[in-house]
Amino acid sequence: MEKTKSNINRRSFLKASALLGGGLMIQFSALAKFDLPAKSVDGINAFPWNEINGYIKITSDNVIKIINPNPEFGQNVMTSLPMIVAEELDVDWKKVIVEMGPHDSVKLGAQFTGGSNSMRMYWRPLREAGATARQMLMEAAAQTWAVPVEEVTAKAGVLGHEKSGKTASYGDLAAKASSLPVPKGVKLKDVKSFNVVRNSQKNVEGAKIVSGKPLFGLDYKHEGMLIAMIQHPPAFGMTFKSFDGSQALKMPGIKSVFSLKLYEDGFEQGGFDTRTFNDVLVVVGKTTWEVMNARKKLIVEWVPAGDVKDTMAGRGGKREVVVPGELENTADQHAKMVEYANKPAQVLRKDGDPETAFKNAAQIIERTFNAPFLAHNCMEPMNFFAHVTDEKALLVGPLQAPGWTEPTLVKVLKLPADKIEIQMTRMGGGFGRRAYGHYLVEAALISKKVNAPVKLIYSREDDTTYGIYRPMYTATYRAALDANKNLIAFHVKGGGIPEHAIHPNRFPAGAVDNYLAEGWQIPSNITIGAFRAPRSNFNAAAEQSFLDELAEAMGKDPIDFRLELLKRAKDTPVGKNNEYDADRYAGVLKLVKEKSGWNGPEHKKFSRGVAAYFCHSSYAAHVVDMTTKDGQPYVERVFSAIDCGIVINPDAATNMVQGAVVDGIGNAMYGGLTHKNGVVEESNFHKYRLIRMHEAPKKVEVHFIKNDIDPTGLGEPPFPPVFGAVANALYKASGRRFYQQPFSSPQPSAIPAV
Amino acid sequence: MIKLNINKKIYNLDADPEMPLLWVLRDVVGLIGTKYGCGVAQCGACVVHLDGEAVRSCVTKLSRAEGKKVITIEGLSENHTHPLQQAWLELDVSQCGYCQAGQIMSAAVLLNENKKPSDQDIDDAMAGNICRCGTYLRIREAIHLASEIQGKERS
Ligand code: FES
Ligand code: FES
Repeated sequence: MEKTKSNINRRSFLKASALLGGGLMIQFSALAKFDLPAKSVDGINAFPWNEINGYIKITSDNVIKIINPNPEFGQNVMTSLPMIVAEELDVDWKKVIVEMGPHDSVKLGAQFTGGSNSMRMYWRPLREAGATARQMLMEAAAQTWAVPVEEVTAKAGVLGHEKSGKTASYGDLAAKASSLPVPKGVKLKDVKSFNVVRNSQKNVEGAKIVSGKPLFGLDYKHEGMLIAMIQHPPAFGMTFKSFDGSQALKMPGIKSVFSLKLYEDGFEQGGFDTRTFNDVLVVVGKTTWEVMNARKKLIVEWVPAGDVKDTMAGRGGKREVVVPGELENTADQHAKMVEYANKPAQVLRKDGDPETAFKNAAQIIERTFNAPFLAHNCMEPMNFFAHVTDEKALLVGPLQAPGWTEPTLVKVLKLPADKIEIQMTRMGGGFGRRAYGHYLVEAALISKKVNAPVKLIYSREDDTTYGIYRPMYTATYRAALDANKNLIAFHVKGGGIPEHAIHPNRFPAGAVDNYLAEGWQIPSNITIGAFRAPRSNFNAAAEQSFLDELAEAMGKDPIDFRLELLKRAKDTPVGKNNEYDADRYAGVLKLVKEKSGWNGPEHKKFSRGVAAYFCHSSYAAHVVDMTTKDGQPYVERVFSAIDCGIVINPDAATNMVQGAVVDGIGNAMYGGLTHKNGVVEESNFHKYRLIRMHEAPKKVEVHFIKNDIDPTGLGEPPFPPVFGAVANALYKASGRRFYQQPFSSPQPSAIPAV
Repeated sequence: MIKLNINKKIYNLDADPEMPLLWVLRDVVGLIGTKYGCGVAQCGACVVHLDGEAVRSCVTKLSRAEGKKVITIEGLSENHTHPLQQAWLELDVSQCGYCQAGQIMSAAVLLNENKKPSDQDIDDAMAGNICRCGTYLRIREAIHLASEIQGKERS
């Protein structure tokens, strides 16, 4: 984030170009000299930009800047979204510079990173923005040259008129183009003719990353900035009663110690206003280390909060909820889940007559799967910069969804939206965690209180122990087989603390005549939220291991069994609301079968597991090849087949799938968060185990289905089925089924073989 | 005043000798390429070189760095030309990128000591660096590539 600084100015830029001989293209090589391949150039803001539309700015020297609307957290949208604009604008990608846009929903759309949504959300708007700008440039050329616009060409940043031999750069006509009316319904390119999109382009911030340039929220600096940290209650279910900050205040570098209430009583919380605690203590000082030290000197009385009332708004309308005050323990959480699992639950979907089918079954297979809370563990802990005055607020840092946080800031700060400026830095990971903007509210209130620019920083311990976690889940799956081992009924009953994970309309719904899906939930004070592929990240583990076990009981190959069900779902689907496309689902299974050499000679070398899943509009299947290493199960190779429609940036997409596979193996094997009297037991990475280099596969071979379907998202879909594939490979490796995540933890005592 | 040699530049710092080098670099000197990930020697995001050795700056007191040569990611090369940086860019290793400075600094010491590391050598040397985004496969590949680039540059 050097946006306010300028390391080159227009004059020196022009001089550099002149030295190199001047001329249009040479100017770009001057640019290239100091920054490429890092294409995001700081300091160019000093140039007189002609804004063609919110996404495209061009100088008269033909410097073309594309604004990325959506926050970057490692999914590479900073590169892939501008690629779409560049494609339709028809410019040489190598000469484009890219900049992160500020929060501006009028010019830049919804600006929301999450739900694998960036491509789905921006595919059309960005293509239209590029194509419309190109049309305006052509129109400007037509008017200038007094020729019909139909005769004007626009290619690789150059406008031309063949008959007269006239040419001009986009830059030459950018000023005029920006003053023209915006045409409607401009024709888009044929996706088959793309030459920027569907080709691998390097990360535009790659060079900055490997040379340690300031990119992240924690790197952001501001004149006179202080550092703030928050002392939360030590346990979920506790609250702050009184404190003595005098010792802390005497520590070197400390400016201020105070208590802070986030939301007033009765504040109507939107869906993403979740915060772990409402009353906290704050220490503000000069450096991070000094503040960390002063925190140790705080004397605080914490007390059980008891049941607390909260007012929720947003989806489901305004309602009062009671957050229970219990100090929870993991063992009790498990016991409670077992108790709830035996109670009647809410029916989420019912097809046919499952009760009768189960009654008449020759064989019933029933299995229960469990998974713990998970912490996001973004590599960069939560943080945000805020400078709030009576008139306005500036907030800078890592955030997935500025549009969801801004209305909250309006209410809390009592400032109009146009006085609140939010800038998004690159994020050191997000995984859903940074969709919850409570840390902006905290930073803003702290800045207001101390009347200074402040950066709020969470320590790793703060980040891990006061999180907004993936819920704790369980699900019991039942299948009824007739005497010929045909599947006649399927039942899933899932629950969670505080939410269940059931997607009632997903596979195998639609493929079984008699089907029942039910859900229940247990209220809790442990805060939860979106975690990479919410709910799917559990379902794909449970359901896909269950299907594997079912296939075995039926004497079928696990891939063939799934394909049979999908054929049924396609030919004569049961029910109406089936969410998935059976053909695309079958497509990834067939592709992974082929690429992995399923049932071929490779089968004997490894313990193999397969799984597939549909979520966030895309399809993914994996074959996991397991061996042992140092006496431990080790996933040595993975074959992945993905259908996410058009792949924008193939190499980056491959990187993301590889990352999702590693993340999946890590969380399936080691991930988990436990509680003792409300206290999170895994305070830092010495207790919260994350996958490391030696546990990562040697190879993850990624294959994409080739089609011309509009992009359907990729950040999440490859992640969930990894869990199932790992579970199924573990079975092959050990002869035991794994029902309890993480799989490295002790498994429940033996379940009778089918 | 503590005198510190960082990236071949001398700094006279008025800071508590107990302060971890990480926070000296980030908050006092203003070199933010070295990252905070855990603060307890678990993740490797903060790795810098102290007289050519990889240390975790989050648990290295300022006093220990006095009189030694500190190299951070900013000083690894001019213009990201170190073989590792070249390889990282060639293979487009980064996802979020937050861990990568630490990864590269750890790998640099490995490559200094072992010109042609095997997969096993890499796994051993890099076990202390977490990548939450899961870029391990590309890191491994990039270290191999850097070792090749380094070999060519020397011959
Ligand atoms: S921050 Fe030093 S090892 Fe994690
Ligand atoms: S690239 Fe994100 S933590 Fe490594």
